[in-house]
Amino acid sequence: MTPTTTGHSASLDFAQPEPVDLKSGKYVKVWQGPQHPGITGNMSLELVLDGDTVIECRTHVGYLHRGFEKLMEQRTFIQNYPVVCRIAVPEPAFNEYLYAAAIEAISGIEVPERANWLRTLNLEMMRLASFLMWIGGQGGAFGQYTVANWTLTYRDYVLDLFEEMTGGRIYHMYMVPGGVRAGLPAGFEKRILELMDTTGKLLDQVERVMYHNVVFKARARGLGIIAPEMVDPYGIVGPNARASGMRRDLRKDEPYLVYDRLDFEVISGTGCDAYERAWLRLQETRLCIRLIRQIIAGAPSEGPFQADMPNVLHWKVPAGETYVKAECTRGEYGYYMVTDGSEKVRRVHVRGPSYTHAIAVMERLAVGTNIADIAGLMVSLHTYPPEIER
Amino acid sequence: MNEILERLVRDFDITDINERSPALTTLKVKKDNGERLIRELRDRMDFTHLNFITCTDWIENGIFRLVYMLHNYTTRQTLGVHIDIDRENAEMTSIHTLWAQAWTYQRELREMYGIRFPGSPRLDEDFCLEGWDQMPPMRRDFDTAKFSEERFGHREGRVSIVPRDHMKAQLYPDRGGSE
Repeated sequence: MTPTTTGHSASLDFAQPEPVDLKSGKYVKVWQGPQHPGITGNMSLELVLDGDTVIECRTHVGYLHRGFEKLMEQRTFIQNYPVVCRIAVPEPAFNEYLYAAAIEAISGIEVPERANWLRTLNLEMMRLASFLMWIGGQGGAFGQYTVANWTLTYRDYVLDLFEEMTGGRIYHMYMVPGGVRAGLPAGFEKRILELMDTTGKLLDQVERVMYHNVVFKARARGLGIIAPEMVDPYGIVGPNARASGMRRDLRKDEPYLVYDRLDFEVISGTGCDAYERAWLRLQETRLCIRLIRQIIAGAPSEGPFQADMPNVLHWKVPAGETYVKAECTRGEYGYYMVTDGSEKVRRVHVRGPSYTHAIAVMERLAVGTNIADIAGLMVSLHTYPPEIER
Repeated sequence: MNEILERLVRDFDITDINERSPALTTLKVKKDNGERLIRELRDRMDFTHLNFITCTDWIENGIFRLVYMLHNYTTRQTLGVHIDIDRENAEMTSIHTLWAQAWTYQRELREMYGIRFPGSPRLDEDFCLEGWDQMPPMRRDFDTAKFSEERFGHREGRVSIVPRDHMKAQLYPDRGGSE
C-alpha cells in the first residue's frame, strides 16, 4: 500500500478508517492471536475480512502487561535488574545495557575500556541470537519449518556461550552500572570463533533453502511495502527503515561503546517489502559474525572490567534526566530516565521499536493484504509485545 | 543548536534549557505554546523523528510533566520538550496529526495517567488494561500493594523489603539493625 502523499513535512493521511458495518453480512471479523503461531508473542490482531482480504486491522496489546515501569519506581536501582531484562525477552541485553548506561550518564560514571569491549561483544551475541530466532520465525510464517529448526538450534549454541560468559542463558544481568560482572572464561575466544565459522556456513544454507525458495520469494515480494515517505511520519527505525532506503544505524551515526573502532558499513536496501527486510536481516546476521570476530581480535584481555563503585546497598544517584539509546535488532531502543536524588528511580520510560511497528505501521500495512500473509507480514516487522506494554 | 535555541526563546518563550549531553538538550515550554512549538520543530527545524511521548508525575508540585522527545537525523541532535500541565485538570492539545504513532502514546497516557487529549483517535479505547475502574495506575498516589490486597485478597509475602535495611537487621541484630 502506498502513502497518499509524499514528502515528510506533508502530512500523510493518519485518519482512522470508518468502522465497517459488520451487520451487512458482507464481512467477517477474525481474531489472530493472542494464541496463534503467526503472532510474534502474546498480542492479537482484530481483522475484518472482505473475502480473504483484510480491510481493517486493529492491534490489541496488554496480555503481557506487568507494570514494569511502575515496578521500577518502587524498587532501588539494583533491584530493577530482574525487571529490565524481561522487557524484551529475546533481547534482554539491550535493556540491561541501556538501564546501566542511563544510571552512568546521570551519575557521571566512567566505564573501563575492557568493559566497553565486553559489553559490545555481549550485545552483538544478543543480536545474533535474536536474528537467528527471527529467521526461524519468518521461515515458519511461510511454512518453512526446517529452517526454523536449524536456526533455533544455532541460537541455542549462542545461549550456551551466554551461559559461559554470564551464568545465564536468557536473562544475564551481566552489564551493571560501572561495567560488567566478569571477564571471559578460559578458552571462550576459541569456542566463539568456532561457532562463528559454523554459523556462517548455516547462513549460507539458509540462504539457499529459504531465500532462494520460489514460494518464499513469491509470497514475500511485494508484501507489506513501506514507502520511504512513510518512514519518519510513522517513526519507523532499524531494518524496517533501512530496507526502504534509509542508511541509518545508531552504531554508525551516534557510536556508543566501541562501535567507532569497528570496521563496518550500514546495510540498506531499496525493495521496501517483506523480502527486502528479510534479505537485509540475513546480511545483518552475517555482519554480527564479522563484528564478533573483530571484537574478539581487538578486546583487551587484561585490565579492570568494573569501575570503582560503592556497595549496591548504598547507591545514590543524583537528580537528573537522560535519554540513552542503542541499535537493537529492530532499531532504536531507548531508556528515558528521571532521578530525583533518592534511592529509587523517579521515572523510567522504555522506548521500543515495536511500539509503532506493531500498531500504527501494522494496522496500515495489513489493509489490502491476504489473510494468509498476515503472519508473514507481522514477522517481517519483527515486533516484541512486552516492550509495547512495559 | 544555539541558533535554534535563541530562536525558540524569542518565538516560543521557552525556559529551563538544559544541555544534558552534547546530543541531548531539554527545554520547557508553556502548555499553550506546546503544540505550535512541536509543529515548528518538525516542519522547519528538521526534528522529523518522534522518539516517544511520556509523562512524569510530580505530585508534590501538583503537575504532570509531559515529555516529547524529538530527533533531528541531520544534525543528530535530540530535543526533549517539557510541558507542565495541571494534575487536577490534566489535558493537552493532541499531536496525532503530526505523527502516525502519536495517538497510541496519547491513548496510553490517558489510560495510565488520566491525561486527556481532545480529538485524539480511539483515546478512550482500552490500551493495556481491560475494564480498568480504578485511579490511573501510573499516578504516584496509586498504591499497588493496597490495590492487590483489595482486588486479589491477602497473600503472605506481598511486602517490599529495602535491601539495605534487611542487611543491617541481619548483620547487626544486637544493635536493633543500626550500624
